[in-house]
Amino acid sequence: MADPSTTRRARARRTLIFAIFLVVLALLYTGYKAFGQAIDDTQRDWWVVGSFLPRSDDKNMPPVLDILAEFGEAPREGGTTIGRLTLDGALFTLREAAVGFAAGTIIGLAIAVVLLQSRRAERGVLPYVIASQTVPLIAIAPIVVVWGRTGLEFLPWEWQDWMSVSVIATYLTFFPVAVNGLRGLQSPSPEATELMQSYAASRRQVLRRLQLPASLPFLFPALRIAATASVVGAIVGEISAGVRGGLGRLILDFAGKYITGPERLYVAIIGACITGLVAVGVVAAAERLLLTRRGIVAQ
Amino acid sequence: MNAAEPQRAAGEAAQDLVLEIAGLEKTFNPGRSNAVPAISDLYLAVRPREFVSIIGPSGCGKSTLLRLVGGLIKPTGGELSVNGRTAGEARLNRDYGMVFQAAGLLDWRTALRNVELPLELMGWSKLRRRKRAKEMLELVDLGGFASHYPAELSGGMQQRVSIARALSFEPSLLLMDEPFGALDEMTREHMQAELLKIWRETATTVIFITHSIPEAVFLSTRVAVMSPRPARIAAELSIDLPERTPQTRDTEEFFRNVSLVRRTLRSVEGQ
Repeated sequence: MADPSTTRRARARRTLIFAIFLVVLALLYTGYKAFGQAIDDTQRDWWVVGSFLPRSDDKNMPPVLDILAEFGEAPREGGTTIGRLTLDGALFTLREAAVGFAAGTIIGLAIAVVLLQSRRAERGVLPYVIASQTVPLIAIAPIVVVWGRTGLEFLPWEWQDWMSVSVIATYLTFFPVAVNGLRGLQSPSPEATELMQSYAASRRQVLRRLQLPASLPFLFPALRIAATASVVGAIVGEISAGVRGGLGRLILDFAGKYITGPERLYVAIIGACITGLVAVGVVAAAERLLLTRRGIVAQ
Repeated sequence: MNAAEPQRAAGEAAQDLVLEIAGLEKTFNPGRSNAVPAISDLYLAVRPREFVSIIGPSGCGKSTLLRLVGGLIKPTGGELSVNGRTAGEARLNRDYGMVFQAAGLLDWRTALRNVELPLELMGWSKLRRRKRAKEMLELVDLGGFASHYPAELSGGMQQRVSIARALSFEPSLLLMDEPFGALDEMTREHMQAELLKIWRETATTVIFITHSIPEAVFLSTRVAVMSPRPARIAAELSIDLPERTPQTRDTEEFFRNVSLVRRTLRSVEGQ
């Protein structure tokens, strides 16, 4: 059992390692940038490597400090800063992703529970679950949005475009949850199952007391994947469905103005990364909360 | 309700028996080319508060018999009744406590909550089941380990939790399938003494599967020797020991009983 002070020290160490990692990343970036520029400047001396390594300039690799400074810049004099725009976009996208993640988790678990009931169902349906992921997201995104705008009038609330993006995120999320969830639900030993039978436990009791808790160690890795997938799904969904307000739109806008201000796109990319990390962080925190109480301390 | 009186229980009223098996048959994959007759023409009767060990060559179908008794699998023929009910009905009536070789505790529950599990399924109130689970852990000398998780308990301790769990709802029949098979010799002997103590205190009827002759002799009031497959009960030996303490293992009588069971087992295997 770890006492609080060692846990705190471990956390401080992890933060430090992460900070060092960021600094190393920035140094590598700056180092290659200088190298890539050097190839261009002194092509003859570097001709061997220079012939197959990409060059760099301030357009494709803006200086790190310029990127950081861009967070505080405003596109229009006195207007909202890029950093602020990115934060707003990230929050908008995070909401879509969270709704999609929640819906995807519920649907994925429901599929796993249904497939658990019979081998035949598993064998019959699982291939289609897998095949569902080969449909290109970019193709279904506009369909979902148009459907949301015209086909869902019967709903008691007004359907908004961001909800369509959540549907797209759901589409990416349910899959890992369903597949790993099923494996987890099937994980209890035959003895444990027979024991439950000997207590005359109902199917529902077996699910709730045995199969669901046993599935958690299998489920959490899937939820981590699902968390990042939901953010990626939301961003791609926004772009291909033309939904405004989120990171996807921001990336599209900044990409269009790349030639005049490449730093902005980098800011948006960093924003997207942090959004993904936040999503995974929430899942990891939930995992620690639920699994460390099992005597085996999950790291 | 049983018309057919088993041979060996002749003269006894059916309702006095906890378990009554007559002409039991079990064939796996019946009617197919890979059919395996596991049990054939098996008779056994167990009275309340008996401790009956079932011993036999490995692979002879001991575990199959226990799972038939427990209503986990269905026989292909013959009569099997537990307290006058079929095995399936008895299972739904929660007449059984089962203990397997693997303790089968749920890792995410503490020892106490593991013992509570069957009571929870039976809808006991939280207060009542907590109280009972604590009593049961005391009974198996694990009172101080209530809040420990299985990963923090030794193999012997886990098995004791498993026994406490099986006894928590006072089943009329305790079915044990080589419960101490995975334990080292010292722990094993300790657990046997423990089990005898619990058996006396709770007045349970026990059916105990083992392949250890000294274990069967030390624990049982009666030893049933199974034949090789297709299995039947080939012989039954009453074990009459004046007392059962750790010292009993070194007595003349204990050795006599052990060698009697051994000779019987050998003659059965030779058939």
